Amino acid sequence: MSAIFPKWTNRLPMMIIVGVLLVGTAVTAGVWYYFTPKYTRVGYQPIQPVPFSHATHAGQLGLDCRYCHTGVEKSWFSNIPAASTCMNCHNQVLKDDPRLTLVRESAASGKPIPWVQVHKVPDFVYFNHSVHVNRGISCVECHGPVDQMEEVYHAKPLSMAFCLECHRHPETKVRPLDKITDLNWRPESEAAQLEFGRRAREEWRVEALQNCSACHR
Amino acid sequence: MRYFLVLFGITVLAVMGIAGRRLDDGGGTTRKPPIYVFPDMDRQLKLRPQEPNAFFPNGVSSQLPPPGTIARSEPLRVGDEAFYRYQDVPVFTGFVSGTTNFVEHNPIPVTAQVMQRGQERYAIHCAPCHGAVGDGNGITRKIGAMPVVGNLHEKRIVSMADGELFYVITHGRNLMGAYGPNIPPEDRWAIIWYVRALQRSRLGTLDDVPQELRASLNP
Repeated sequence: MSAIFPKWTNRLPMMIIVGVLLVGTAVTAGVWYYFTPKYTRVGYQPIQPVPFSHATHAGQLGLDCRYCHTGVEKSWFSNIPAASTCMNCHNQVLKDDPRLTLVRESAASGKPIPWVQVHKVPDFVYFNHSVHVNRGISCVECHGPVDQMEEVYHAKPLSMAFCLECHRHPETKVRPLDKITDLNWRPESEAAQLEFGRRAREEWRVEALQNCSACHR
Repeated sequence: MRYFLVLFGITVLAVMGIAGRRLDDGGGTTRKPPIYVFPDMDRQLKLRPQEPNAFFPNGVSSQLPPPGTIARSEPLRVGDEAFYRYQDVPVFTGFVSGTTNFVEHNPIPVTAQVMQRGQERYAIHCAPCHGAVGDGNGITRKIGAMPVVGNLHEKRIVSMADGELFYVITHGRNLMGAYGPNIPPEDRWAIIWYVRALQRSRLGTLDDVPQELRASLNP
C-alpha cells in the first residue's frame, strides 16, 4: 500500500514556519523602514514657481528669517511674505530679471505666487510656531539648515516621534532668545547647553507637553 | 521551497529597488511629493492660511479685509490708555490727532525693554540697508544693489520729527518701500527710539556723560 502523502510533506511544517518567519520579517522591516516620514517626506524638494534662494538671502546676505516671515513670533503659522516685501529690494535689485516676473506681477496685481508648501504636518496636528520661537526653539531644529539651501527641502522628518524626542528633553534644544534665527549658533559645550536649558526651562516655564491634546485638538 | 526562496528574494529586491532608500542623512533630495501611507485625516476640508481655495472668487484662503475697513483687534496699551486701530491717534498715524502735522515726540515712553526691542527690530528690518550703526552701509550697499541708501546720521533725518520717521517707516519714501504691513506700530516706535539712540551716539558730547563716569573715558 502506497502512502497517502508523499514523503516531502514531512518537511512541510518546517517550510511553512520558515516561510512565515521570512515573510514576517521582511514585511516588518519594510514597514519599519518605509512607513515613516523619514522615508515618505524627508528630501522633498519641490520646484518652486520662483527660484528663490534661501542660501543667497538668509545665508550670504544675512537677512534675518523674520524680515520675511514676520508672523512667526505672533502666529501659529509662519507666513510666506507678501510680494511687496520682495519688492522692498527688488524694485532696485534685478529690476528686470525674468526670474522675478511672477513677483513683480504679484506685487502689482495682488495675485498670489503659487509657492509649493514643503513642510506640512497633518491637519490634525496643531503645531504653533510662536510658542516655539518664543521659548528658545530655533528654526533650524525643525527646518534644518535653510540658510544653506539653494532650494528648500524637507530636512527633518517632522514625525510624532521627532516631536516627542524634543518634548521629552527640551533642555537639550532651547537656546538664548536672541539666537533663534541664528541657524549656525552652537552651544559652547554639551554641559553648558544642559545647564542653560535647565535654567531656561524653569524660568520660561517651558512645559513641553506630552499629553495627546497638546497637539491633537 | 527553492521556488519560494527565489520568488521571495526577487520580491524583496524589487521592493527595495523601486522604493529606494531614506533620504534623511544627507541622502539627497527628490522632486516627488510626499507619500501618504495612511491618508486618513491628514488633509481635511478646513481652510489653512495662504492656501489656494476655490470657494472665494480670487481663489485664496487668506482673504484680505474689505477695502476701507480696519480690524478692531486688540487695543494697543500705552501707559494707562488703550488705543484701537481705527482711532486717529499719534501712536497709529504719526500725526497729531485731527491734523496732518507730525508728532514731535515718540508717543511710547522709552524703557530699557522698548530700547532692546527697537534694537532687535532694527537689526531685522532696517540694518540690511541702513547698516548696523545707521550710516547706510548695510549689506545692500556692499553688494552694490541699492543706488542710494539714507544715512540716518544726516542732518535732514536727525532733525525729522519722530512722527515723520514713523510715517516714512509706515509708508516708505523715495526708494524705500512701506514697512507698515511688516512691522506693528509699537515696534515702529521702538525702532525710532533706537534710531534716536544711534544718532545720539554720534552727536553726544562730554556733557552727556555722567560726572562719575567721565574719568573712565579715554581722552
